[in-house]
Amino acid sequence: MSGGSSGMFSGATQSAFNTQLKKIYTWYTGGFVVFVVGLAILEQMGLPRAWIGYIFLLATVGLYAGIGIMSRTSDAAEYYVAGRRVPALFNGMATGADWMSAASFIGMAGTLYLTGFGGLAFIMGWTGGYCLVALFLAPYLRKFGQFTIPDFLGARYGGNIPRSIGIFAAILCSFTYVVAQIYGVGLITTRLTGVSFEVGIFLGLGGILVCSFLGGMRAVTWTQVAQYIILIVAYLIPVVWLSVKYTGVPVPQFVYGKVLEKVSAREQVLIKDPKELEVRGIFKARADEASANLKGLPSSFDAGKQKLAAAVDKLKADAAPADQVAAAEKALAAYPKDAAAAKAQWTKDAGLAARAGPPLRHAQAFPGKDEAAQDVSRRNFLALVFCLMVGTAALPHILMRYYTTPSVKEARQSVFWSLFFIFLLYFTAPALAVLVKYDVYSFLVGTEFAKLPQWVASWTRVDPSLLSIVDINRDGIVQLAEIAIGGDIVVLATPEIAGLPYVISGLVAAGGLAAALSTADGLLLTIANALSHDFYYKMLDPNASTARRVTISKILLLIVALAAASVAAQKPADILFLVSAAFSLAAAGFFPALVLGIFWKRANKWGATLGMIAGLGITFYYMATTQVWLRGVFGVTSPVADNIWWGIQPISAGLWGVPLGFLVIIVVSLLTPAPDKETQDLVEHVRYPNLAGDTMKTLGT
Amino acid sequence: MQLSEKHREYWSKNLAITGILLFIWFVATFVVGYFAREINSINFFGWPLAFYMAAQGSLIIYVVIIWYYARYMNKLDQAYGVAEGEEE
Repeated sequence: MSGGSSGMFSGATQSAFNTQLKKIYTWYTGGFVVFVVGLAILEQMGLPRAWIGYIFLLATVGLYAGIGIMSRTSDAAEYYVAGRRVPALFNGMATGADWMSAASFIGMAGTLYLTGFGGLAFIMGWTGGYCLVALFLAPYLRKFGQFTIPDFLGARYGGNIPRSIGIFAAILCSFTYVVAQIYGVGLITTRLTGVSFEVGIFLGLGGILVCSFLGGMRAVTWTQVAQYIILIVAYLIPVVWLSVKYTGVPVPQFVYGKVLEKVSAREQVLIKDPKELEVRGIFKARADEASANLKGLPSSFDAGKQKLAAAVDKLKADAAPADQVAAAEKALAAYPKDAAAAKAQWTKDAGLAARAGPPLRHAQAFPGKDEAAQDVSRRNFLALVFCLMVGTAALPHILMRYYTTPSVKEARQSVFWSLFFIFLLYFTAPALAVLVKYDVYSFLVGTEFAKLPQWVASWTRVDPSLLSIVDINRDGIVQLAEIAIGGDIVVLATPEIAGLPYVISGLVAAGGLAAALSTADGLLLTIANALSHDFYYKMLDPNASTARRVTISKILLLIVALAAASVAAQKPADILFLVSAAFSLAAAGFFPALVLGIFWKRANKWGATLGMIAGLGITFYYMATTQVWLRGVFGVTSPVADNIWWGIQPISAGLWGVPLGFLVIIVVSLLTPAPDKETQDLVEHVRYPNLAGDTMKTLGT
Repeated sequence: MQLSEKHREYWSKNLAITGILLFIWFVATFVVGYFAREINSINFFGWPLAFYMAAQGSLIIYVVIIWYYARYMNKLDQAYGVAEGEEE
C-alpha cells in the first residue's frame, strides 16, 4: 500500500482493514451512546442547558478534527481517493453523510409537513437517483479509476475543452450547494450555543477545514462515517419516541398510516369549522384591503393617513374616553411613514391571502382548483422527480465517492449500501411530518391561549418566523389558521413535543451539524480538486510533482472555503432556489455526456462539448427567464407567462436540458468523425471489470 | 485489444439486466406517479396507496433494484471470467 497510510485507518490486507474498521466504529458508536447518556444524567443533576450545547459542539467538532488529524496525508491517491480501499459498507455510510445535507436533515420533514404529498417528490427524487448511479455510472467510473469527474470527460472525449466544461459545471453546482451548507452550519451553531451567526460560520468552518485540509478524501471519508452514525441516531430517537407516545409502537415507519387516517379526518373537520372560517375570513379581508391600497398608490397613502387622523380628531372633538383616543393615536403612529414603507407593508399584508385558504389535505395527490390545474400540478411533480433523480446521478461530489472503493464489485455493492443508509432517514421523514401534524391538529388546535404547551412558548420566543400563534379572532382558543409555522421547526422541536429531555434537543442539533459539515466537506473537496487536479495539473502544469499538487489543492481548499463562508455570511436570499437549481444544472451538464461516454462508443468530442453546452445553456436560459430572482439579476422584463413552457416551474428546468443534451450529443457525434481507436478501447476498458489482454492502465496514482 | 464472443455476450447480458431494472424503476416512479390521483382512493394499511408508494413503496423498490443489480453483475463477472482479483 502507499506510504501515506499510517495510524488507525490502515491495515495489512483489505479484509483485516475491514475487520479493524468494524471494530473501531462499533466502539465509537458505543462511546457516543455512553456520552449522550452521561450528559442526560448530568442534566438531571442540574447541568445548565447552555453547557449542554457547548459540550455537544466542542465534543463533536473536536472529534471530527481528531479524525482529520489522525488521517493527515500528502500522498496523492490517499488525498484524492482515500487510497481506494474504503470497503463498500463504509463508503455507503460516507456517501449517506455526504449526500444528506442540512436540507435533508432539518428541512425535509418540514417541507413534507407544509406541502404534504407534493413534498414527496424530494423523497422519491433524492433516492431513486441512486438507481441511475448504480446502473449507469458507479461501476464504470470505478473501473476508470481516476480522481475526478472532469478526469473522465477529459480522457473519454479527449482534449481540454470537454474537461474545462466539466470543471465549470462542477464548480457551478458545488459552490452554490456549499454556500447553503455553511449557512446551515452557521444557523445550527448559533442555535446550539448562542454565538452570533458570523462567529458560528467561522467556528463551523474550522471543523470543516481541519478535516479536509489535512487529510483530503481520506480524512473526509472517515469523518463522514462518524458523522453518519451521529446524524442517524439523532434523527431516529425523537421520532421513535413520538411514535411510542401516539401509537404505542416504536417503529413509526410501519404504523403512521393509521395516524395519517386520523390527520385526514381532522382536516375534514377543520376545513368546514366555523371558527376556522372566521379567522380565514379576517385574513382575506386584510389581504383584500392591502391589495386595494397597493393598486391605489400613491393617493391611497395620503387617503389612509387622513382617514386615521380624522378619526383621532373626531374622537377628541366628541370627548371620547381616553383609552379610545389613545388607541386611535397609536394606530396613526403605526401608520407607514412614507409611500415606500406603505408599499412594503401592504405587499406583506397582501401576502396574507395565502393564509386565507383552507388547510391542504396532506395525502391528496396533485391538488388544484380544476382538472387543468391538477394536471399542471402532476406534470410539475413528475418533472421535479425527474430532475432530482438525474441530478443526483450527476453531482460530482457523490460520483467521486465511488472512486474510493477497492474494486468494481465493491463499487456496485457500495451503491446499495449508500441508498440503504439514505433510505433509513428518508422513509422516516414522512412519518415524522405526519406525527407532528397529528400533534398540532389534534392537541394544539383548540387549546386555550392561556394554556399553550411549553414547547410552543419557548419556540415562539426563539424565532417568530419558525412559529407564531396570534389570536386573530380574539376568542382565546387556538385555531389552525392562527398558527404560522416554519418548516425547520418540525425536526428541531420534535424532542420537546415528544417530551424528551434537553440533551436530545442538543443531540438533534449535533446531528444537523454533522449533516451540514459532512456535505460541506465533500463539496469543498470537489471544488478544490477540480481546480488543482483538473485545471492546474492536467491543463497548466502536467509535470508538477505529487507533493506540489496536493499542496496546491490544500491552498485552494482554504481559499474556496473562505469564499463560500463570506458569501454565506451575506445571508443570500434565494439560497434554497440555488440549491435546487444545482440539481437541474448538474443533470443537464453531466448526465448525458457521462452516460453516452460509457454506453455509446460513437459519442465524440464535439458531440459531448456541444451537448454539454446546449444542456447547460437551455437549463440556465429557462431559469433566467422564469425565476423571480434571476429575472431581476438579468433584467428580464417580458412576462413570466410568455416564457413558461408547458407550465413547468424553473426548479425543473433540467427537464429541457437533459433531453436536449442527449439529442445534441447524438446528432453532432453522427455528423463528425468517430473517436479514434484508443478512445474506443477506453470504452471497452471501463465496461469490463477485468479484461483479458487489456493492457490499458487508467488507475490514477 | 480484441473482444471475444464471450465478452460481447457479457455486455449484452449487462445491457439486458440494465434495461429490465430501468423499466421497473420507470414504472415504479413515473407510471405509478402519473396515476397517483386514481390509485389514492385505495387504502393500504391506513395509507392512501399513492401516498404510500411515493413515501415508502417506491423507495423499497429502488433499494431492491440496486441490491439485485450488484448481486447479478457480481455473479456474471465470475461466470464470464471478467471478475477482478481479491486485491488489485
